[in-house]
Amino acid sequence: MKITIYTPESSVRSPRKLIKDMFTDLSHSHELAWRLSVRDINAQYRQSKLGILWAFIMPLATTVTWIFLNMSGIISVKSTDIPYPLYVFSGTLIWSIFMDSLLAPLNQTNAAKSMLSKINFPREAIILSAFYQLLFNSGIKMLMLVIAVIIMGFSAGWMLLLFPFALLILILTGISIGLFLTPIGMLYNDIGRAISLGMQFVMYVSPVVFPIPISGWVRIPFMYNPITPLIMIARQCLTGYSGNFLPGFVIVSFSMLIVLFFSWMIYRITMPVIIERMSA
Amino acid sequence: MSETLIKAENISKKFCLDLKTSLWYGLKDIGSEMIGKKNQFHDVLREKEFWAVKDISFEVKRGECLGLIGRNGAGKSTLLKILNGIIKPDEGRIEMHGRVGALIELGAGFNPILTGRENIFNNAAVLGFTKEETQQKLQSIIDFSEITDFIDTPVQNYSSGMKVRLGFAVAAQMEPDILLIDEVLAVGDMGFVLKCFNKMDQLLNNTALIFVSHSMPQVSRICTELIVLGKGEAIYQSNEVSKGISIYYEKFPQLAGNVTGTGQAEIKSIYLTSGEKDSRNLTSLEIEHGDELTVHLNIKFNEELQSPSVGLMFYDKEQRNFGEVFNFKDEIVLDKVKGSYSFTAHFKEIQMGQGVFSITVGLTDFTGGTRKSIFRMQSVIYFRVTSAKHGWAPMQFTPEWKIENEQ
Repeated sequence: MKITIYTPESSVRSPRKLIKDMFTDLSHSHELAWRLSVRDINAQYRQSKLGILWAFIMPLATTVTWIFLNMSGIISVKSTDIPYPLYVFSGTLIWSIFMDSLLAPLNQTNAAKSMLSKINFPREAIILSAFYQLLFNSGIKMLMLVIAVIIMGFSAGWMLLLFPFALLILILTGISIGLFLTPIGMLYNDIGRAISLGMQFVMYVSPVVFPIPISGWVRIPFMYNPITPLIMIARQCLTGYSGNFLPGFVIVSFSMLIVLFFSWMIYRITMPVIIERMSA
Repeated sequence: MSETLIKAENISKKFCLDLKTSLWYGLKDIGSEMIGKKNQFHDVLREKEFWAVKDISFEVKRGECLGLIGRNGAGKSTLLKILNGIIKPDEGRIEMHGRVGALIELGAGFNPILTGRENIFNNAAVLGFTKEETQQKLQSIIDFSEITDFIDTPVQNYSSGMKVRLGFAVAAQMEPDILLIDEVLAVGDMGFVLKCFNKMDQLLNNTALIFVSHSMPQVSRICTELIVLGKGEAIYQSNEVSKGISIYYEKFPQLAGNVTGTGQAEIKSIYLTSGEKDSRNLTSLEIEHGDELTVHLNIKFNEELQSPSVGLMFYDKEQRNFGEVFNFKDEIVLDKVKGSYSFTAHFKEIQMGQGVFSITVGLTDFTGGTRKSIFRMQSVIYFRVTSAKHGWAPMQFTPEWKIENEQ
């Protein structure tokens, strides 16, 4: 019979057991995570007439805004190697996928608060469910992008097959960073606000609506921004070559995996402390 | 079948009174959890902290039920959460053997927009069922919940009782070794509560049960052992459940209830005597089961009343009216009375079991053949009955027994 023991001691003190438990729980949480994502996706669309269309309306609106700004001459964007509308459209869609991923761990954990404080289920299920939902939502956006580039005749050809992989790395990076901030974000809602605000600035030093400047000091934050290679590679898979970002992409991917693992560990260890403060 | 399934040793848990401080401590705790250093704060209270649970130890074997009772905020739910592994103890050690099922919240994972049927799957998944298991049990869940007609209606249109039904129906499919139940049967109609109890009785054969409740009849029905919690500490712990319930009741102040009336008559005084004892000289009158008791009552009729009648009603601590006196008019005839009168009612033998009881006095008048309430004073006086034996029911009869050998 399974024996569970609870003591005040931190589980970090027996790391081997901790890591084993993490993976056991992860493998046990697939079923629940699947169910939770089906639930959330169903609920999301059942009370909506436009349904899935909402996934496009936001990026489309942003695209139209930027095209207008560019055409009216209020803002002049240096020429991009693909038509500007396509640049902005792909940029905003890819960016929205990243933002969703970044905020998903905190939002999902917050939404599951009452369940977390009352029922003992593998906590990994919350994050896994967030991941499944992101795959679903991003899948729709991805399809839309692929169709758009093919119609406009700027498709990268066989490279399109790598596009899902590039997006996957983007999603996982978002989740890793978001997950890292979740424990503190659960205690203080300043974190959530700070992310939303901060990311507005980060967007302008990412190749989302502006191309990377060729010279000048503004180029520096663009080049050191870890999201830049992810977006560039994703867009490259979509529309073809646009600079050598592969090394950056590989470095970010590997660092992301390490961050993801430790964020997961922290999330797991600190969850009882957080729940205690929430229900206290 | 009597192995120990739950073993709790010296469990303590502290909470913080103030939210801002609590969050700050939370941040610090996250830090020390991650470094894994022995937290030097575990056994001392920091500023603005208190012990929500202090030094609780117990064991529960298969087939036993431990009841946790106490006033709101006594630490019952906190203790359950620690046992369920949702929060960590600050001191002590817990061993749980086998599968744990918790009925702390029914219907966890329900989404109001989705239908009852869909939510069965959601709830079941949260409780750890696989999809196949749920599919198999789906029909029995729907049958148990008795809401077949509304099973494809969104849950947001359900009444709270219906949600509880559906939640319990799913939870009842668990086959745990340890079951933790927290106050979940409070909603739901009588028929359903009984159904739940039958289910729990069934489960009890094979589980170690921990039951948190404010309903003493439920506690006395199911528990084999009892812990009375007060400010986080166990103030009583024993397998004499009835005694524990009496102790729990003593923690509530005895309040005289409301008075309603027309003002045509009023009670000037009421007191109780039993042998040498007189409630006027005592803070509370205590008598033995089987003792005599006299109720002394002085009533002033402010206006002339046609044909008034005094009624005495006995209430137990659950505010159940379990007995009354209905022979006033057979003994005393009052005709057009005014002014003060003293009445006594003598009970030769008090048959109540252990506990505290109150008397409610009512006066009715019959004018022109219609009955009219003149006043009613709820729980105007209390007395305590002691007994060597404990029994849960308010009335404890002691008939004469005879035995005959038929051969």
